[in-house]
Amino acid sequence: MKKIVLMGNPNVGKSVVFSRLTGANVITSNYPGTTVDFSKGSMKLHGEKVEIIDAPGTYSLVPSNKAEEVAVKMLKDADIIINVVDSTNLERNLFLTLELLEKKYPVVVALNMWDEAKHLGIEIDKDKLQEELGVPVVATVALTGEGIKELVETIEKARISDKIEEMSEEERWVKIGRIIKKAEKVGHRHHTIRDKIADATIKPATGIPLAILIIFFTFMVVRFIGENLITYIFDPLFEEIYKPIAMRLSEWLSQGFFHDLLIGQLVDGEIDFMRSMGILTTGIYVPFAAVLPYIMAFYFMLSILEDSGYLPRLATLMDNVFHRLGMHGHGIVPLFLGIGCNVPGALATRTLETRKQRFISATLLAIAVPCMAQIAMIFGVLGKEGIFYISIVFLTLSIVYIVAGIILNKIVKGESPEIFLEIPPYRMPNIRTLLKKTWMRIRWFLKDAIPWLMLGVLIVNVLYAIGFLSWLGSVLAPIMNGIFGLPGEASLALIAGFIRKDLAVGMLLQTGLEPMQLVIAVTILTIYFPCVATFAVLIKELGVKDMLKSTAIMIFTAVLVGGLMNVILL
Amino acid sequence: MPANRIPLSMLPYAKEARIVALEGGHGFQRKMRVMGLREGKIVRMITRQPLRGPVTIEVDGIQITIGKGMAQRIVVEVIK
Repeated sequence: MKKIVLMGNPNVGKSVVFSRLTGANVITSNYPGTTVDFSKGSMKLHGEKVEIIDAPGTYSLVPSNKAEEVAVKMLKDADIIINVVDSTNLERNLFLTLELLEKKYPVVVALNMWDEAKHLGIEIDKDKLQEELGVPVVATVALTGEGIKELVETIEKARISDKIEEMSEEERWVKIGRIIKKAEKVGHRHHTIRDKIADATIKPATGIPLAILIIFFTFMVVRFIGENLITYIFDPLFEEIYKPIAMRLSEWLSQGFFHDLLIGQLVDGEIDFMRSMGILTTGIYVPFAAVLPYIMAFYFMLSILEDSGYLPRLATLMDNVFHRLGMHGHGIVPLFLGIGCNVPGALATRTLETRKQRFISATLLAIAVPCMAQIAMIFGVLGKEGIFYISIVFLTLSIVYIVAGIILNKIVKGESPEIFLEIPPYRMPNIRTLLKKTWMRIRWFLKDAIPWLMLGVLIVNVLYAIGFLSWLGSVLAPIMNGIFGLPGEASLALIAGFIRKDLAVGMLLQTGLEPMQLVIAVTILTIYFPCVATFAVLIKELGVKDMLKSTAIMIFTAVLVGGLMNVILL
Repeated sequence: MPANRIPLSMLPYAKEARIVALEGGHGFQRKMRVMGLREGKIVRMITRQPLRGPVTIEVDGIQITIGKGMAQRIVVEVIK
């Protein structure tokens, strides 16, 4: 199959062109041996099926990071290259174009965002540019689909340039200057309302309050979408369709080890999806009906924040905090997703560049970012004690996130490059691209996380069924007692929560602890271990060795924080 | 450094300046240049984040956020 690779700078609308060209069958995956993701799809070209690859954005063929390295590697098996260029910034974009032409690849240039360039008073003489470059040039507006048909028709006419020869970097800039002089005219640019919004959202005085508002609003929408998906789609599916089938299986197994393992305990003679705890009941219900709807909502909102151009601004505003924690502004993304579910948060650590950044981001996520389930646990245990006690938990977690981050930044070896990113103008997101992106991410989550989640539930259920958990609890109870100042039963709950937090909530509620003791218990429960699924995904993302280190840090932090709280609060 | 030459990180808000030097290795210089930050280019300060945060500047109509450390290695000449 012929391979067509899309190459271009970041933020030129490359992925929108990609989604215009490809059908529904798009796969996002890891480039082998890296944490860089790319998308692959196919299209029909004169009855022949061709493969289309969306390479990571790059400014040049001499890579300065892993993503750019991958983009350069992808060139090697390309039959044709579509070089997507931002018409509003021709000069900078042409650097990559010339590099591609010098390397004698067959290229078609897509002058994307053609409409925006016109708006800004930029006039590009397409024919002149074509003549100067020696390859076909097509004007496109991927967002509306304008010019895409022409682009498809031109793919075949891709050719190796006879105008551009190998040159040095200096010569290349000179050449670009000459081309620009001949092919581009820049008129006067008026300041628009869009510029005002752009300014207000990046300046700290107005940007930080606005960021808080936007994040708050985003969470409201996530909650709204998530709750409605559950109430109107997922719950009815499980209750009406799945439950009768599961009940029949339950009757057939009647009781015993396999019944406990697969179905769990019946509540009032029925399956209770939240409490039965079998692999085929709670084990399926929780990931699909309780977590997945929120993840869909989170991914959808993230795609909006990304495609509208807000995310780089948020990253800029957050950078001074995150840089001190050994990451940079983009560290906000795993944190944001992690509040929905730590699993997509863990997957999102890939967007950070270096091992050090990913390690810190993942470890902090597992330690101090409560997911929806953990938040529900915190409210479940402390709800009746009042908001004051709940705030202590969240305040402690925030302090832990920051203090642990500062310390990890000092002790973890490796590089943490500074933020360096383009702030694109605000754009109205395209609903088609949004949905496609969201769907690609959900599929990625299903493929990468769900099998691990199920495996985790299976292992825990087996350990529980054979009595290993209760045994571990009783062995460790005296130690927990001494450090955290909690009575024996609560320590048992903590140990159980080591693997099953849901179980721990029930056990804690029965102990009759003082409110402050409960605060300590849920804080430790949140800190010391993520759920099995997150744990499994983190092993995959960080590798076994780093994950062991990370786990040691988690346990150490839990003991330290719990001990300190014991001293301060009790 | 002549009087009107300062690191980009110190360029006041809304001021314009011309880039005169990129102080760093070949990799650093290249990374800046391909993003449009070349000697001779005019940059305008959009905003500076507090607490040693990054700066956001505009060059050729494009805004770029640059970490403070990197901005300190870009020497500019204030023009207005």
